Order: sequence, then structure tokens, then C-alpha cells
Amino acid sequence: MSGSDTHATVEAVVRDSYSRLVAYLAARSRDVAAAEDALGDALVAALKRWPDEGIPQKPEAWLLHVARHRLIDAARRSQVRQASQELLQVAAESAEAVLDSPEPFPDERLKLLFVCAHPAIDPAARTPLMLQVVLGVDAARIASAFLVSPAAMSQRLVRAKNKIREAGIPFRAPEPPEWKDRLSFVLDAIYAAYTSGWESVTDPGSTQHALARDAILLGRMLLKLVPEEPEVLGLLALMLHCEARREARYDGEGRFVPLDRQAPERWSGAMIEEAEQLLRRASSARSIGRYQLEAAIQSIHANRLPDGGIDWPQILLLYEGLIHFAPGIGSMVGRAVAMAQSGDAAAGLAALDSIPEDRIGNYQPYWATRAHLLALLDRGQEAREGFQRAAALTDDQALREHLMQRADSCWK
Amino acid sequence: MKYALLVHQSQEHFDRRDDGAALAAGRAYGEALMAAGIFVGGAGLGSPESTTTVTIRDGKRQVQDGPYAETKEFLAGFGIIDVPDLDTALEWAARHPAASFAHIEVRPLLGSHFATAPAKA
Repeated sequence: MSGSDTHATVEAVVRDSYSRLVAYLAARSRDVAAAEDALGDALVAALKRWPDEGIPQKPEAWLLHVARHRLIDAARRSQVRQASQELLQVAAESAEAVLDSPEPFPDERLKLLFVCAHPAIDPAARTPLMLQVVLGVDAARIASAFLVSPAAMSQRLVRAKNKIREAGIPFRAPEPPEWKDRLSFVLDAIYAAYTSGWESVTDPGSTQHALARDAILLGRMLLKLVPEEPEVLGLLALMLHCEARREARYDGEGRFVPLDRQAPERWSGAMIEEAEQLLRRASSARSIGRYQLEAAIQSIHANRLPDGGIDWPQILLLYEGLIHFAPGIGSMVGRAVAMAQSGDAAAGLAALDSIPEDRIGNYQPYWATRAHLLALLDRGQEAREGFQRAAALTDDQALREHLMQRADSCWK
Repeated sequence: MKYALLVHQSQEHFDRRDDGAALAAGRAYGEALMAAGIFVGGAGLGSPESTTTVTIRDGKRQVQDGPYAETKEFLAGFGIIDVPDLDTALEWAARHPAASFAHIEVRPLLGSHFATAPAKA
């Protein structure tokens, strides 16, 4: 077997199993950083040995086996970690049991998400930590999403991992009422992973696509843990509504298709139906929140009239509510769009102008929206510049081309 | 894992530590720790005014009065407990009679030089 085949297999295993393996090892060693190091070593060993020995029947089990040996060796070398020796012995035994069993190893990622959201962890590190450790988003991407330097972010992440080990934070899903405080962080991380995986989707085999799939899977796992929590229902409904439109976002030639011009036949009816059911279940709890509102907005788009008519005043109302819960730049831009589509483009533009300048710099949807509103107001030259600026801020080729086309159409 | 519960409190509360109710609450808490089998050690501390500091600098021993706390709160007592994890330690810290007015700092003890049982090989 060739080295490149091995490489492809290792890559696939990493994509599908890395975070599950880290969560499994960390849940038993209570040491996230050590689990990551050990698994890294195991992957290097796989790259060296699999070309000669062939790919093992259960690659994950092989990696787990090598990684837990590394964990134990590392703990033996380190005197300060004496306390974790006993835990590691337990880890080794339970890993052995998993290796012998025909069942796949258990998915402990949800538990790890709750560990990262522990109140003993710096709040500013919680969501980034979940994104990095559980969802495998790379640190540079996280740093840019949280508007801090990569160096500062990596320091924050290292500190948080050390805290988990040194303070002895246990690996378990918390019990009520405590878990309510942690839930919002878990929801935010899952949604951040989903959007990060949703933005670049031209290649369905990409890691980004896998991330969106993982986010939905974790949403489903979370719902099993807390079946009637309205915001969990809301988040899953939101992700399914977006996911339902995946295929329709690009035409046969790979060109970007904006939401209002998508063909509803290309949406997944099954996913929309499931999303609507979840949203109905959520509303029966009569406790509204950010994710239910966002899902409700997507629901209106999904239920647009056969003539393409969309109930924009209703969407505007939902954005007003959303700004109350999540006054982020995304909801402010969404509200401006709803104002303009409800017939008052000037008010929408004024709303955009009121967003503080330091928050809009690299936010592509802001510039695309602003340009769209300027075009509605017949301010062609400014609209053109706005679309160009938005185009420069996306790494999605198809979206960039779409924005450049809109820029070109603004010549007056 | 062993954790230190460090009680930081204000002068005002420190002055009232010998009230009958405070003493009774402290005693009950200590007994609860012992009954749970997690008590390793601990005590209330004398006032900051009773503090003396020792240093060795350039091979010379220096002993000096103080230092006195210049902050609003100071370390007034500590306990050491042996529990499975941080969450359990936090539960016990929350039950400390001083938790409603003082700050209870929960700090893990490192692999101890004063281990009560020999460390496993």
C-alpha cells in the first residue's frame, strides 16, 4: 500500500474520529492537553507503520491503544502528575475493554463540551476551548472569529487545559440547576461550529462540511440528554433549516444562489419538516430564546409563498426580539435587511450606520447588506464599492463571484 | 485529590469570629468534614497583627514583624480536604459557614511532600 493511501486513510480517521478519541481519552485521564499529545503521537506512529503493516481493521482502536500507552508513559515521566496515575490505570483498563468489544467506542464529546463550560474555566476561554478540542476548529480560525491574536488565543487555550488538569475538574454532564449555566456556552460552540462548516461548502468532502455534520450530530445528542429544553430544540431546528438548503445554495455550475432566488424544490423537505416539528415543541415551553428566534426567522423563509413573497414585517419583529437576547452584529445586520425589505431601505441603512465602526471592519455580511441597501436607494457608485469590499472579505469562491457580479451590475 | 479551602475575610467579620453562633457553625462544619471522611487538616489563623515573617537573604536570617494585610480581606483560616474532584470540593466549600460573607478559595494541593500514604509506584 502506498504512502499516499495511508495518508488519505489517516486523514479520514482524523476527520471522523479525532475529537471522539480526544474526548474518550480525556474523560479517563482528566487531562485534555495530555490526551491531545498522546493522540498526536499515535497518529505519527500510524503514518510510519501503516504503509508497511497495512491499515488495521479497526484504525480507531489501534490509535486508542497506542495513545493510551503514550499517556501512561508521559504520566510516569512526570512527577507532578502522580495523582493522575491511578486514573490512567483505569483509563488503560477501560480502553482495553473497548478494544476487545465489537461496539464502537462511546462518544464522550458531549461530556467534554460540558467540562469546557465549567464555571471554574475562564468564560472567555470556554467556547474557543470547545471549538478547538471537541470540534477540531483550528486555533487561527478561532482567534480570528473571537477578534484576538493567535498568540493570545493559544495562551488562553493552554491555560484552560492546564486548569482542567490541575484543578481536577471532573468529566461529567452537570446536573440541574447547574447545567443551565453551562448550556448556553455549549449551544454557542455547537452553533459556531455549524456556521463555520456552513460557510464554505463547495466541496462536500471537506473538513468544513464534516464540521457542520458533527455540529448537527452533537445537537441531536444534546437533545437526547435534555429532551424538552426549548433552546436546544431551537438550535437543532435552526441548523436543520440551514442544512436543508445546502444543495440549493449553488446552481449546477457551482454559482452562488442567494436565498430569495433558491428553488424550494432543491431544499430538503424532510429536514424542513423535522425543523418545524422541533420548533413547535420548543414553543410549547413558552420560554423564548435566541436560537428559537433564529430558527423562526429561517422558518419564515422556508414557508415563503408560492409567488416568492416573504413576510418581512414578521421577520423584522423576530429580529427585534433577537437583538434583545443576542445583540451581536449578525442580528443587527439582519434587522437592517428586514427593515429594507419591509419597504424602508433608508431606515435600514441608518440602522447599519449606527453600528460601531470597530465591529464592522471584516464582517462580510455587513458590507454586502450595506451595498444591497445602497443599490435599493439608487446610490450605485457607493453600492458598487460596498459589494467589492464584501467580495474581498470572503474565502468562498462562488460567493465572491456573486458579489463581484452584483458590483458590476451597479453601474449607473 | 487534596484541596485547600482558604478563607479570606474582612476585618469586620474576623472580629466576630468568636461569637457563639460562629463558633458553633465552625465546629459543626468540622464535624461534618470528619464524618464524611474527607478531613485532612485545618485551623483558623490568628490575626494578621500576630504575623511574623522569616526570610533568608544572603545567608542571613531575618525576622520581622508583619506584614499586615493591606487588602480589604486577608487569609483567616484554612482547611484541607481529600475528595475525588473539583466539583465535590466546591460543594464542600459552599457549605463552609463563612461562605456567605467571606471568599472561600479552593486550591488543589500538588503531589504532596507530606503525603499521608506512600505514593503508588
